[in-house]
Amino acid sequence: MTSRVDAGRFATTWLAPIIALLIAAIVGDVLILTFGQSPGAVYRLLLEGTWGNAYGFGQVLYKATTLTFTGLSVALGLRAGLFNIGAEGQLAAGGFAAAIAGLLLPAGTPVLLAAPFCMLAAFAGGGVVGAVPGALKARFGASEVIVTIMLNFIVLAFLNWIVATKLHVGESLHTPPINAGTLPRLSDVAHSFHGSAANATIILAIATAVAVGWFLFRTRAGYDLRATGLQPDAAEYGGISVPREHFRALTLAGALAGLGGVNYVLGYKQYYEEGFAAGSGFLGIAVALVGRNHPAGVPLAALLFATISQGGLAVNAIVPKQMVEVLTAVVIIAVAVTVPEVQRLVGAARRRVAA
Amino acid sequence: MIILAFLVQTLRIATPYLLAASGGVLSERAGIIALTLEGWMLTSAFCAALGSFYAQSAWVGLLCGVAGGVAAAALHALASIRYRANQVVVGIAINLLAIGVTRFFLRLAFDSSSNSPRVAGFDWYVPTGDSASEPIGLLASLVNPLVILGLVSLPAVAWMLANTPFGLRVRAVGEKPEAAESLGVGPARIRWAAVLLGGALTSLGGVYLALDQHQFTDNMTAGRGFIALAAVIFGNWRPTRVAIACVLFAAAETLQIQLQGLQLIPSQFVEMIPYVLTIVALAGVVGRAVPPAALGKPTGG
Amino acid sequence: MSREPDARGLRPEARGTAESRATSHESPFLVATGIRKRFGAVEANRNANLEVARGEIHALVGENGAGKSTLMRILAGLHDPDGGTVTLDGRDVTGWNTRQAIDAGVGMVHQHFMLVPTLTVAENLVLGQEPRAGIRLDRAAAAAEVEALGRATGLVVAPNRLVSDLSVGEAQRVEVLKVLWRGAKLLILDEPTAVLSPPEVKDLWQVLRRLTSEGSTVVLITHKLDEVMEISDTVTVMRNGETIGRVATRDASPAAIAKMMVGRDVVLAGTDRPDAIGQRTEDLPSHGNSMGSDSIEHDLSRGEKSSVQSHLTPLSVLSVRDLNVPSGLGEHAVRGVSFEIRPGEIFGIAGVEGNGQSELVEAIAGLRTVSSGSIVLGTRDITVLDVRMRGDAGLSHIPEDRHRRGLVLDYPLEDNFILGRQHHFTRRGVLDRRAITANGADLVKSYDVRPPDARLPAGALSGGNQQKVVIAREMGREFSVLLASQPTRGVDVGAIEFIHAQIRAAAASGRGVLLVSADLVEVLALANRIAVMYDGRFACVLPRSEASPEVLGPYMTGLAGKVA
Repeated sequence: MTSRVDAGRFATTWLAPIIALLIAAIVGDVLILTFGQSPGAVYRLLLEGTWGNAYGFGQVLYKATTLTFTGLSVALGLRAGLFNIGAEGQLAAGGFAAAIAGLLLPAGTPVLLAAPFCMLAAFAGGGVVGAVPGALKARFGASEVIVTIMLNFIVLAFLNWIVATKLHVGESLHTPPINAGTLPRLSDVAHSFHGSAANATIILAIATAVAVGWFLFRTRAGYDLRATGLQPDAAEYGGISVPREHFRALTLAGALAGLGGVNYVLGYKQYYEEGFAAGSGFLGIAVALVGRNHPAGVPLAALLFATISQGGLAVNAIVPKQMVEVLTAVVIIAVAVTVPEVQRLVGAARRRVAA
Repeated sequence: MIILAFLVQTLRIATPYLLAASGGVLSERAGIIALTLEGWMLTSAFCAALGSFYAQSAWVGLLCGVAGGVAAAALHALASIRYRANQVVVGIAINLLAIGVTRFFLRLAFDSSSNSPRVAGFDWYVPTGDSASEPIGLLASLVNPLVILGLVSLPAVAWMLANTPFGLRVRAVGEKPEAAESLGVGPARIRWAAVLLGGALTSLGGVYLALDQHQFTDNMTAGRGFIALAAVIFGNWRPTRVAIACVLFAAAETLQIQLQGLQLIPSQFVEMIPYVLTIVALAGVVGRAVPPAALGKPTGG
Repeated sequence: MSREPDARGLRPEARGTAESRATSHESPFLVATGIRKRFGAVEANRNANLEVARGEIHALVGENGAGKSTLMRILAGLHDPDGGTVTLDGRDVTGWNTRQAIDAGVGMVHQHFMLVPTLTVAENLVLGQEPRAGIRLDRAAAAAEVEALGRATGLVVAPNRLVSDLSVGEAQRVEVLKVLWRGAKLLILDEPTAVLSPPEVKDLWQVLRRLTSEGSTVVLITHKLDEVMEISDTVTVMRNGETIGRVATRDASPAAIAKMMVGRDVVLAGTDRPDAIGQRTEDLPSHGNSMGSDSIEHDLSRGEKSSVQSHLTPLSVLSVRDLNVPSGLGEHAVRGVSFEIRPGEIFGIAGVEGNGQSELVEAIAGLRTVSSGSIVLGTRDITVLDVRMRGDAGLSHIPEDRHRRGLVLDYPLEDNFILGRQHHFTRRGVLDRRAITANGADLVKSYDVRPPDARLPAGALSGGNQQKVVIAREMGREFSVLLASQPTRGVDVGAIEFIHAQIRAAAASGRGVLLVSADLVEVLALANRIAVMYDGRFACVLPRSEASPEVLGPYMTGLAGKVA
């Protein structure tokens, strides 16, 4: 009994992403062949350019850091049964809030004081953006999918307006650099990472993943949130207010995505720049999906998608880097298709065994 | 004169919205979430540019564009109807796929990462010189098959939904698929048909963008698919109201463009209008937007 | 395909003669033999037989879950049977689909309407077989069809109204029209009167009589005996997925059918549950308990409910006063229900499902808002408290649907053991894992949950063991009142015994128990006092000593105790 359940769980959890990756690999082969290159050579180059040297690996780590935050954000929403498509806007809002916080601080504020302050600002900035769909869902039952999508455009346009009219530097679309709160780069510790954007936010990302895991599986709030996502009727029976959980989940999801803004603003450029979040929010959906909404799976999936993304640059010399965008989308579609299909097949197999 | 110029520009801006929203209405009324309008349009814009470039014919471009958009719609239908995948996930993925695929093939076909070469468009009456600002010239710029299709698309969808057996079945399947099924009307087949037809209509919007600008540029839809989706929701899934929403959104944009020098309202706030209105409509402050009951739910058939 | 309903003609005389029906019995119209159908672990039909003669009204009766609807859905082509055969007019039609069934003239009116609320009556009628004018849907023709058919059958509905604006009775007319318009010669109606008011029921009977007089055949699923007696020619009784018997209505008495239907101690002793049910009822301390309350109970049974017990006795652990609970449809599911439960008492509510029992329990549990009335637990008014506060005030609840409400199926058992009490297993917001694990191991052991591993997900257990988990949780806490709703549904015999023992133990320790069950035997076996709920009200309240299937049956089926 136990082994059959475990086997079924394993199949539904990990079989689907594995099949999806195989499908993506096949599509990749086809694209590479249309460009007249050998898939083997391209994949080798992709690996060498990412995990094969310190700079590439640093870039992978940098990208994975942001994706861990947006992936955790989407995963937390899904654990409560909600789709947060708004990570893009929440990430931007978080980054912007971090930059403002860093600008408000007097120069020379010690980093141990300044960085947490800016992080808190990022967390709050994203949280405010997440609270809007949360409140509308809890109060009016408004579809969080539509509201978060629409809010992305609103938030980005609003930030664009502030930066363009009040805060930009010269002809650029970014704010002045922050006065305090800059995080150390990985290259400060290990020189071989020189040039890569990887920075101390990695530690924050890992700590956040651990914290989200702790929250989901060790706290009562996490218990309530997961119960709401799994079976709202049972949650209600268990004395849990479903609307309140929805509000909490979306607000927290927004805050997690917002925290990701730290990676760019405190860790990399020291300013908020228009468009820095582009794509990371949507990729967060892919990360959550492949990471099976688990705080342990999300960072791994983030590494995978960061590798694919950075790998595009590595192979750009022989095939267009846009190939990796196609592959990313194929992975998402394939996971979306195989998850219900695998569940159906596993369910059918179970029934056969039971009968 | 200024008013005429305003109206003409509004209509030209509204054209892709009207076309995409008509496809969105059809798809959503059948119960399939139309988050993919953006992706369908982008794919069709690229295919239109490709076809028009190689055949040097706008009509071939139009056919290629529709074929490309319908192919993207078919992928959407396959995943969400046949495989019952989550429609939100698939929708977003297809949008990403469209961006990636068009960029990849832009490199492959035109060896560029930004735009295609100039392609043939529908320039039946090209106003030149002074006549471009004359009433005749302004009106002439509307004589374009796609602008005309845009104007009739939503009324046509409205008529079809209300007055044809197919429209009746679409409405039934989007509201209560099990009722349709109990009468021998297969929900899956109706949904397939609605998505493919919706894909074709939306594609015309993408074709218009490419042929109007005589080229394909990277990510040239720039969120227009989402504005069309906003119009669908703000219009409460009713074609006539959706059409009004499209024209309203386009008028706001036109106003902003024409008043650019005056700096009355920042352009970013004009950009927000469709999205803010949609959220307000969803929250139901006035006349709540109610989606089709079976929207996003997979069916047995 | 009869597209000209007028051609049926209107004859005033209602039904065919007895002779003509008798002859038609020689060549049965529809025969289902040995039908088997399983859904997952549930065997809905195991040996279902049905023989319907042409031109008759055939009542198919049985308790909830007896497999009536499944059998009918097989006949209508919605399910494939796992075994057995179906013949129509001597032709083997086993395993056909909806389309083929419709084409052969078999149409079903479902219990839950298969209507699209946003479409008009005429649109719903013609969906799938639309009259066309060119490429257009011919609305005028569709509307004309509705009107013509309405004139021919008496089922009058305005063709251009939206279905969402119709009353339930009107909506059902549309359902019947849909089937008739498709040329049905055999009409299957699944509990058609469940949602109708008495005048609407009368109208429906007229329509059905008219139809059979014109050669149609009707199969009617019901559990209301007055209906069976009034309208049917033949009755088939189903129990537990099997056909128990088939009698001509004129040869049967309501009491005899009621016995076949609900009185399994009479009809079915030994075939269903091997344990001796008679013995179980004897175990009850019914005499002792009914002593003090006899006079009150008699008043109640005469329908003077609200006049008695108007003051709160401190002795009652639960007191419900004039409770009104709205249902989704705007009507009230519970109408003015009042009762009290004393310490040590098991108050049983019997009745056919769907008469407001679920809503009543959910309202007491805090899962449903009430429109008026009060709920007092001990001395505390809990009417407006939320679910968690009611639990802390001393309310335990075994919900009727453990899969939807009672368990989070993906959660391990130990987490399910704290559902509703999670705040008692928390320290500063953090779950106390050690306590949860200890509690889980403890409950698994003392309630003999198998397999005995509190880390397994609840969904991996059998139905009986899942229910044990729910019961262990609800009994293993501080409580003064236990709400037990369908506590043994879908549970194996061994578990039933265990669950009954637990409920008795709860009462024996001085708690009050509200037991709601569609299983009359269960209510009779456990309760000290029994109310029968019908149409949102208590049709009667009797002490156990005065209750029996024969006495309660008529109340359950609406034959007796009708409150205006």
